[in-house]
Amino acid sequence: MPSDTSRVAAPSAVTLWRGRAQSALGRNGAFVALLLLGAVMTALSRVFLTTQNLLNVGVQAAVVAILGFGQTFVIITSGIDLSVGSVAALSGIVVGYTSGSMGVPPLLAILLALAAGVATGLVSAVMVAFGRLPAFIATMAMLSIARGFALVISGGRPVPQPAQVAWFGKTIGGWLPIPLVVMVVLGLVASFILNRTYAGRAMYVIGGNEEAARLSGIDVRRQQLITYALSGVFAAIAGLVLAGRLVSGQPQAASGYELDSIAAVVIGGASLAGGSGRIFGTFVGALVLAVIRNGLNLLNVSSFWQQIVIGVVIALAVLTDTLRRRRT
Amino acid sequence: MVAETPGPLLAVDGLRKEFPGVVALDGVSFDLRPGEVHVLLGENGAGKSTLIKCLAGVYQPDGGRVLVDGAPRRLHSARDAERLGIATIHQELNLVPRLSVAENVLLGRPPRRFGVIDRRAAARQAAAALERVGLDVALSTPVRELGIARQQLVEIAKALSLDARVLILDEPTAALTDDEVERLLGLMRELRERGVGMIFISHHLEEIRQIGDRVTVLRDGRSVGMVPATTDRDELVRMMVGRTIDAQYPRRRQTPGEVLLDVTDLSAAGRFDSVGLQVRAGEVVGLAGLVGAGRTEVLRAIAGADRYDAGSVRVRGVRVRGGSVDAAIDAGIGLVPEDRKAQGLVLGASVQENLGMVTLRSATRWGLVDFGRLRAVATEMIRRLGIRTPSGRTVVRTLSGGNQQKVVIGKWLAANPAVLLLDEPTRGIDVGAKVEIYELVNALTADGRGVLLVSSELPEVLGMCDRVLVMARGRLVGELDHTEATQDAVMALAVKEVESSRAF
Repeated sequence: MPSDTSRVAAPSAVTLWRGRAQSALGRNGAFVALLLLGAVMTALSRVFLTTQNLLNVGVQAAVVAILGFGQTFVIITSGIDLSVGSVAALSGIVVGYTSGSMGVPPLLAILLALAAGVATGLVSAVMVAFGRLPAFIATMAMLSIARGFALVISGGRPVPQPAQVAWFGKTIGGWLPIPLVVMVVLGLVASFILNRTYAGRAMYVIGGNEEAARLSGIDVRRQQLITYALSGVFAAIAGLVLAGRLVSGQPQAASGYELDSIAAVVIGGASLAGGSGRIFGTFVGALVLAVIRNGLNLLNVSSFWQQIVIGVVIALAVLTDTLRRRRT
Repeated sequence: MVAETPGPLLAVDGLRKEFPGVVALDGVSFDLRPGEVHVLLGENGAGKSTLIKCLAGVYQPDGGRVLVDGAPRRLHSARDAERLGIATIHQELNLVPRLSVAENVLLGRPPRRFGVIDRRAAARQAAAALERVGLDVALSTPVRELGIARQQLVEIAKALSLDARVLILDEPTAALTDDEVERLLGLMRELRERGVGMIFISHHLEEIRQIGDRVTVLRDGRSVGMVPATTDRDELVRMMVGRTIDAQYPRRRQTPGEVLLDVTDLSAAGRFDSVGLQVRAGEVVGLAGLVGAGRTEVLRAIAGADRYDAGSVRVRGVRVRGGSVDAAIDAGIGLVPEDRKAQGLVLGASVQENLGMVTLRSATRWGLVDFGRLRAVATEMIRRLGIRTPSGRTVVRTLSGGNQQKVVIGKWLAANPAVLLLDEPTRGIDVGAKVEIYELVNALTADGRGVLLVSSELPEVLGMCDRVLVMARGRLVGELDHTEATQDAVMALAVKEVESSRAF
């Protein structure tokens, strides 16, 4: 006979509704912030709410969003990947160098770039899973190593890109930017991995309680290898998109993007403690950052001030999230 | 008790606290007199912890009053409570492990002169506080080097140095050995002499009789009665559970069948040595012994959680690869670990997700998870184990200890194991939930499964097991049938010299 059922019974209708409204808002807190930002920008600038400008925002968000998707995997397992910016740069250099100086067919060169992403992810993961290094340290080392390789291979100079990579910077039908399409497709793929596959579900369990995951028969090391490799692949694709937009591989490209990708994940509601996070959140987080940059550009605010505003927004976003969690 | 009753130090009147979807306290009233030990008794989830948190200033009640020295007070923070002389010793101690004993006693308020810490005054004050609780350690010892019992004394010393008149002790004896419990109760008696009022929470009914003056019983967030601590055991249990518990250990024994688990010569350097045991279908085998005898280590090795150096584990005659939880699961072994929060559950995830943790892999085809199947299994487990949860999507953290434990057991049952290894399955859960877990063990063995049980509560081992194996210093030192297993017999083996066991 259940002895404590009455504990769960009969909260008043008001509390119930308030609870539901709060959780709906809370879950989409970043989304609400994005709508608010959009409304403010629309009021302040006539250019903001035009198709051309919105497509621009999407293109600006694409690289950070794609990096952020990979980052989301890692952060859910309670890790962090500081190397994604460097890996993106390395990817652009690898594809340009192998197809240009080495004469490798362009499509194979693209595969090599993706392989470089996987390799860097695996090396980071080996340091974390087998070397027991904190993810912060392991991927910080990889940040430096991958950037170094990008510089060594390119000799520090920009590397021209084959047409197949330049395609990433073009549009479909003359108006729909390909970076935008790549971002959306990868977002769906990432969301599918996270929600439907064993690897994705295991990420949540590992981030929620690594020891419980291990004792439940989840091969934690193997799943960490998969997680960091995925982050590496996403970073490599982001690198291709970036190289396509710039029509050249820059060894110094995407520096500092690792922090933007982490910011996108965190604004999207993930906890750095692991166990929570959603791809849609990260997507919105990347859009929030892009809208702020775009809006401030439209309003002719200096890029120096933009940094201050972005810092404030990140702090506010995480603060409201923390306050919301504490209330429940 | 004192002849003329002094006014209460602390009183609670119609206290109410609501969380989204749950009424945790629904009109609780009680009072605490100077020099009294007032016991709060109730099942997990009855509202004891919430009540304490309201008194410690952690939660703000939604209704009712808290009166200190007869005057209504609002406690907005731990500091407010402290100022009014209310100190709480939580189950999870609030000490800084790397800091010294003295620094911990005076945490946050070391004596200062011109802003610089006055080391001599600090040492004097800390020493005085330690003397009051009879703790004899060097002031400079880092707290982490002390055992849990002495850490608790540091915490009490800290409370007393704040001039606490009301001391709230939340299950202080749960992690202590018998000797340490004795010493703590002695200290409580001394404090009682000095007029300190104590609110004492414990699941051990014997302790309540030893130290308590009055008992307030909570059930479902209400105070259901206040009785003298001399009230007999069955009556207390009845008030707490709301019904009579016929048998504390309702074991239904049956004739054992085939050998399910066969462990031979299992050894791991420094942990255990040539351990051999069998568990048959329908059988509950107990592994008894002192803490540190190697029981948990053996269980973990069998379940593939740790590696072993030599020996073998077989299930139904088939050898199981060592050091792999996966291989053990495939062979039909499941381990319910000793610490459900740290090792068994993802507290922030839902009941359903937790129930699907072990079966996640087998519900996966081509990398894709069959969520329909996981949901069905979860619903089935919630029903079969009587897990009391608003829904499968409820976060596990919000369930009571007993229901959390059922979730851990449920995630293993979902994998349909032949042998279930239970490590301290009833630690920290209340009488009612314990009996439910025992009934579950009965159902499992009636089903033809085997159970290997480790427990530090000897009565539980004696009451529930068909055979008891005794371990000492990493070796098996004896085996007792349930007819010959008594506390004395088990203890005699547990403390016997390891050498004499060679013949066994």
